[in-house]
Amino acid sequence: MATLLGSTSDLERLRKKILDSEDRGSKPVVTVCCGTGCQAYGSQKVMQAFADEMERQGLAGKVMSRGTGCHGFCERGVVVILFPDEICYLGVKPDDVAEIVSKTLIGKEIVERLTYEDLATGHRCAKEGDIPFYKHQSRLIFGNNRFIDPKSIEDYIAWDGYSALAKALSKMTPKQVLDEVKEAKLRGRGGGGFPAGTKWETTRDAPSDKKYVIVNCDEGDPGAFMDRSLMEGNPHSVLEGLIIGAYAIGAHEGFVYVRQEYPLATENILLAIEQAEAHGLLGKNILGSGFDFTVQVHRGAGAFVSGESSALMAAIEGRVGEPRPKYIRTAVSGIWGRPSNLNNVETWANVPLIINKGASWFKAIGTEGSKGTKIFSLVGKVNNTGLVEVPMGATLRQIIYDIGAGIPDGKKFKAVQTGGPSGGCIPERHLDTAIDFDALSALGSMMGSGGLIIMDEDTCMVDVARYFTSFLCEESCGQCIPCREGLRQMSAILKNITEGKGQEGDVELLEELAEVMSDASLCALGQTAANPVLSTIKYFRDEYEAHVKEKRCPAKNCKALVAYYIEPDKCTACGLCLKNCPSGAVKGGKKIIHWINQVECTKCGICFEVCPKRFRAVAKLSGEVIPPPPQEPMPVVAQQKG
Amino acid sequence: MKTVTLEIDGKEVSIEEGKTLLDAAKSLGIDVPTLCHHDKLAPHGGCRMCSVEITKGKRARVVASCVYPVEDGLVVKTESPRIIKIRKMLVELVMACSPRTKALEDLGARYGVTGTRFKAEENFCILCGLCVRYCAEVKQAHAIGYAGRGVTRRIAFVPEIASRTCMSCRECFALCPTAKLPRETDGVCFDGLTIHDFVAEQNA
Repeated sequence: MATLLGSTSDLERLRKKILDSEDRGSKPVVTVCCGTGCQAYGSQKVMQAFADEMERQGLAGKVMSRGTGCHGFCERGVVVILFPDEICYLGVKPDDVAEIVSKTLIGKEIVERLTYEDLATGHRCAKEGDIPFYKHQSRLIFGNNRFIDPKSIEDYIAWDGYSALAKALSKMTPKQVLDEVKEAKLRGRGGGGFPAGTKWETTRDAPSDKKYVIVNCDEGDPGAFMDRSLMEGNPHSVLEGLIIGAYAIGAHEGFVYVRQEYPLATENILLAIEQAEAHGLLGKNILGSGFDFTVQVHRGAGAFVSGESSALMAAIEGRVGEPRPKYIRTAVSGIWGRPSNLNNVETWANVPLIINKGASWFKAIGTEGSKGTKIFSLVGKVNNTGLVEVPMGATLRQIIYDIGAGIPDGKKFKAVQTGGPSGGCIPERHLDTAIDFDALSALGSMMGSGGLIIMDEDTCMVDVARYFTSFLCEESCGQCIPCREGLRQMSAILKNITEGKGQEGDVELLEELAEVMSDASLCALGQTAANPVLSTIKYFRDEYEAHVKEKRCPAKNCKALVAYYIEPDKCTACGLCLKNCPSGAVKGGKKIIHWINQVECTKCGICFEVCPKRFRAVAKLSGEVIPPPPQEPMPVVAQQKG
Repeated sequence: MKTVTLEIDGKEVSIEEGKTLLDAAKSLGIDVPTLCHHDKLAPHGGCRMCSVEITKGKRARVVASCVYPVEDGLVVKTESPRIIKIRKMLVELVMACSPRTKALEDLGARYGVTGTRFKAEENFCILCGLCVRYCAEVKQAHAIGYAGRGVTRRIAFVPEIASRTCMSCRECFALCPTAKLPRETDGVCFDGLTIHDFVAEQNA
């Protein structure tokens, strides 16, 4: 039964009671990541296996187990950490659990094969803190995910939860809270990087009987999932930030907008709200302060554009989620025409830290213009994918090479796409830029919500631009001409270029169109929609020109511009490509070297993939003349054992 | 009512607070082109043809004049080089959806655009939304609405309502700048107009 907390001292008493309970502190704990990524790997089964094995091996009641939120290292899920020694096992399967229980929990030995292995050196490390992926991060916002069961308010309270709210309500006036956030120079983590304190102040100062505060959890950028992981893994931290913000702004009602695709985040925030209400941390007279605040959860209906503030608010009102011209800001006239302050999940999660540790502590982290840390989702062609939190001002190289352990398969880095579909691609020569909101904008990209998609030498930059443009074609709301028609034509031109039908002047037309789209579109989606095109033209113009003028794809990626060819002097007539070709385009036979009939070839690339590495007889060509097929069957000349 | 004073194309104008830049320009007799604006309807801000350049302090930016509220001291240019560039491109973009359309060819003539460099997909709808908004705001019938999103957005009649109300109304037909509606029904337009009043070429 939940204790209704009537005052801040009630909260402190509850915290003491939780911390003093015999299970906490004294007993070892097994935590299993139960974020969406690890759940897909089967973390629930791993949890169950731990329960069964501990029972079987006599540890029931002696070791605690806990399903936590996302730890960030999604590449190597299921992630299991054994406390107090912080031994971290990666890629754990239910079958591994018996060994972990007998060897590590009972025998205090490390199960080597489950520890992190450095791909380059083969060096292993067992402690979570020693793993390079974690060692180079500063997980201020995200770190508690690995300790806390997101379904337990007691866990959150045990980790100092709601102490910032207690401090704000009992020791600070709303104005002082606002000033602290302003002083901390917290900038919105949702994309634009607008100063959160200034936005709060606008809503606070706008005259109205009712005001709203909103959490934006409509994270839609391809490859970005930091908001989901925070909402799933530590929903109370977001909620606490929201309540503090509401207090500063003078709002008594709040909304949490969660996108359709995030069922676990919805489940956990709904539960968190229920628990907070039961404890008197939401509702009337919170902690005896006289401050009232309630929160509702609104589930999105599945539209990327609904992450835009005015579209999101229209959706909450029950209308179609489409942006409106924002010449009067939503901070002044938002939901039902009332002042409404919208911040993204990560922004709200920063607030309790700022209140607890103070603006000067917060300001000491980061760069001149961007304070604090930022969570990035590191995905694409990088060895360690997952969520990483670093101080603002970390370089792309640190994130990609120190934390991400570089590019797989010895490939060369080509570009990093930041900021989602509104962002841009940054080439290698800018890898040492200390990244923050302003530095990324200066490079023609943006921070966005913090997606980092790493691309290697096999990525065609024109194709990347085409991909993001076609994504936006579907996700634009379609209200205004520059965005809707601009994207339609941009997408058509890019498609032509990647199919070898590009014409002289196409690149210039793209640039001209891009300028008008960014100048004249109704909302930020259209205004930034051309960024992927502009940034790839800026840094990889030669690739566009190769496609248009030479009908060549330098990355050998665009299907229409590549051809497969078997080099006669390397082919041993092993028959692998011949057997595997789905369209029967590979000709030849036993001891007769193989060749590809270019007319029948569908360019699926299977021959290229199956040709054994020691032969490498299949070549991928682009822009070169394909040598003619043999006039008559040629017997094998290459040695079988190359 | 409070009035505000601003400058449009070098002329000073005083106008009621709450009016838009387009209202202010009209009061000066300045013709700002529009495709989705209608005096009886709430401003939409969709076609962006009415974009103008405003300067507030040092910062110049482009806004849609039909939705931007007048402000004291604003300096507005309705035909700056930046704006002309935008309008030219917008005309080209809509011409690709709706070729040989009188309203668009007239606009093209004004800005020196004779054709489009883009791939034409003739569907004759530029999604100005005049029909949808007129039906909702003036007729309050809601017989026509938007379907889809992004490049697949289109207008669609709601059969249950349209079958009862549209045959006796057809007021939206005359609003359609490209004559998509009469084109796709029986060609008979409201108010004595025929399809040829909309279409530049006879055989369109």
